[in-house]
Amino acid sequence: MSPLVEIRDLKVEATTDAGRRVEIIKGVSFEIAPGEIVALIGESGSGKTTIALTLLGYTRAGCRIAGGSVSVDGRDMAALSEKERAKVRGVDVAYVPQSAAAAFNPAQRIMDQVIEITRIHQLMPRPAAEAKAVELFKALSLPAPESIGSRYPHQVSGGQLQRLSAAMALIGDPKVVIFDEPTTALDVTTQIEVLRAFKSVMRQSRMAGVYVSHDLAVVAQIADRIVVLKGGEIQEIGTTEQILSAPKHPYTRELLAAFSPVARVAAQAAATASPPPQPVLELDAVSAGYGRLQPNGKPLMLAVDAVSFKLERGRNLGVIGESGCGKSTLARTIAGILPPSSGHIRFDGRPMAPLARDRTPEELRKLQIVFQSADTALNPAQSIEDILGRPLAFYHGLRGPARDARIDRLLDLVHLPRALKHRLPGELSGGQKQRVNLARALAADPELVLCDEITSALDTVVAAAIIELLKELQRELGLSYLFISHDLTTVQAICDEVAVMYRGVKVEQLPADQVGKAGGHPYARLLMSSVPKLDPSWLDTLERDPELVAAFSKR
Amino acid sequence: MAIDAANTTTASQRRTGYRFNLTGWISLIVILAWALIAILAPYVTPHGISDIVDTDYFGPMSLQFPLGTDYLGRDMLSRILFGARYTVGISLAATLIACSIGVTLGMAAAVTGGWFDTVLSRFIDALSSIPSKLFALVAVAGVGSSIPVLMLILGIIYTPGSYRFARALAVNVNTADFVTVARLRGEKLSYLIRAEILPNIIGPVLADVGLRFVFIVLLLSGLSFLGLGVQPPEADWGSLVRENIGGLPFGSPAVMAPSFAIASLTIAVNMLIDNLPQKIRDRSE
Repeated sequence: MSPLVEIRDLKVEATTDAGRRVEIIKGVSFEIAPGEIVALIGESGSGKTTIALTLLGYTRAGCRIAGGSVSVDGRDMAALSEKERAKVRGVDVAYVPQSAAAAFNPAQRIMDQVIEITRIHQLMPRPAAEAKAVELFKALSLPAPESIGSRYPHQVSGGQLQRLSAAMALIGDPKVVIFDEPTTALDVTTQIEVLRAFKSVMRQSRMAGVYVSHDLAVVAQIADRIVVLKGGEIQEIGTTEQILSAPKHPYTRELLAAFSPVARVAAQAAATASPPPQPVLELDAVSAGYGRLQPNGKPLMLAVDAVSFKLERGRNLGVIGESGCGKSTLARTIAGILPPSSGHIRFDGRPMAPLARDRTPEELRKLQIVFQSADTALNPAQSIEDILGRPLAFYHGLRGPARDARIDRLLDLVHLPRALKHRLPGELSGGQKQRVNLARALAADPELVLCDEITSALDTVVAAAIIELLKELQRELGLSYLFISHDLTTVQAICDEVAVMYRGVKVEQLPADQVGKAGGHPYARLLMSSVPKLDPSWLDTLERDPELVAAFSKR
Repeated sequence: MAIDAANTTTASQRRTGYRFNLTGWISLIVILAWALIAILAPYVTPHGISDIVDTDYFGPMSLQFPLGTDYLGRDMLSRILFGARYTVGISLAATLIACSIGVTLGMAAAVTGGWFDTVLSRFIDALSSIPSKLFALVAVAGVGSSIPVLMLILGIIYTPGSYRFARALAVNVNTADFVTVARLRGEKLSYLIRAEILPNIIGPVLADVGLRFVFIVLLLSGLSFLGLGVQPPEADWGSLVRENIGGLPFGSPAVMAPSFAIASLTIAVNMLIDNLPQKIRDRSE
């Protein structure tokens, strides 16, 4: 069978500010057979999305296809004129974007947007298009398929919107569908439903697909073949089975290794060595939320509901839960950004003021918070030296050579080259920025570091390196971490105990290795069972208690 | 991967520089020329500004008087060169007053929030609800026209706009995590606005300063044209237009030349702020 898509020696160039040309895709070749789903996997910057977009004949602003051919169903997308490409897009090749929320126009009804392709290409009359859309909604197992089209995008959930954007792509009966990280922004429990819907629709329609992702476990569920990319070059191509069970290339092995981080055992031993465990942080029925206080003393929108726990010195507590469960609000309350509406926070055995501005400089120094997104957590106008130097000057009064020496030590500590200190944050990679973010917290000599989803925005390999770094710093500096994440495997890799949160309530707190085991809270079991495994048959064999799913999903 | 990338980029030299296009250069040269003339006015004027040097009034352009003579027979070129002093000087001072007060208060309001922000914002709103020309007319009529008064009035009139602009920008930056981090560190207001907010809004703020300068030049010229600005025998460009408006039927250069001077300065400033040098950020070397 002749391949449907044939990419031959594809080269894409980008022009930098200085007018210099950089080759970002360096001669990539692969093909896709009809009905086959090929996954492009790699870290950010590996060129996976860039390659996928060339199937549409599209390159991002400042980029151009410099060489090679991208033949889709016999037509070379690289050579077509823009007008001819427009005819192909949506009909032969369709695109499902990463963020459905950003892809839908909030001012138009969903149905109008889903059938837009049939209108533009004049494929069928409107009633026929609407009937077809409803069929697709059913196939994608969307609730109320007859009426969901009359809603506006903000009236459906994130997972539903993602499926609707797939319906939008599929309505023109394309031969190839490009999925650009469609489940990355979703919670694990939602991700399963979306993946299942995608998989069954693709199977029924026998369309070919390109699935772009950095998550090997997700890709394992849906793809027939996997293309591993790094730095714009193909590292390895193989069937899903072969890549997972017998990876040939060292980089593929590294990706696989990063997926199963080494569980934490060292701290347990350390904790038993120091007999009287003194809690560094103690929460006593802390509630917090947003909006005006109600007559019953609770805020209008309660995000954290009477959470209590103790965190002992030198130990780590993980807080997991889906988005909206209140875990980040909890961190903000502890940090003093949002005052608790009731309850007490004790730090080092002493009660702490509810707001950061009322706390003593010592308290502020000992409790540091590291935010999820290093892009917004580092001042883009300050050099790394200034960013790290300010807490040193502020807390420790360090100036001149003493300050410089300490900055060098901090950079060494987080494994960054010292020459980096003259750069601006925008000139660093995501992983480097997160290391600087961490180094700034360390500059204060903290006792407790609140880590709010610090690895979520990073690629698997980089995230694994950050986790390793956190462990190493703990050994050297005797820190405690409160580690907030939605990713159970990451939390298990670093924490001694894990607290599971659901709708603002702490549903259980267990030793890390016990989470999700039988006998635990049903929500924790559901969460644990929803984490994709590297086994390609995992999604098909996964059986979830329908009652449990109904009780805890937010549809 | 992170370490790899770091090693390769530190090994090679970073390329930094600025890109500045032709329009930017031309407008910068025009602005610098006017600034230079304003400073050196007494040394470059061929005639005294009050000297009646021609026997005729509204004289045409000639070798002796390149821009003709005005309604009293005074040398127009000298008067325009000297007028640059008032127009550029007063406008610059007023712009600095307006923008330094406006931007500082705007950032402080955004960072502090709460009642301070509300009270200040409503006060500024009230101020900006007064029509600017009317406000200037009343103020000048009330306290009389002198150069310090003009600077101050023009500065006050344009403070609300600058405040609104800076506050809107600062509110966005204020929500960024790095400001929260600085706040959690226990930083004071002055550090927050100086180190965390200002560097991140400086680009748009400078563009706004340029735009505000243009507005002030136009309002000052307008006031002078109405006879409430710079008083005779001194004259800024606006007063020069007014004085010589009688020459319009004769096609006299005396009324055209100062108009062109106003146009050249305001257009040049506008062009410059639209074409400010852009820093080249090329990090993937």
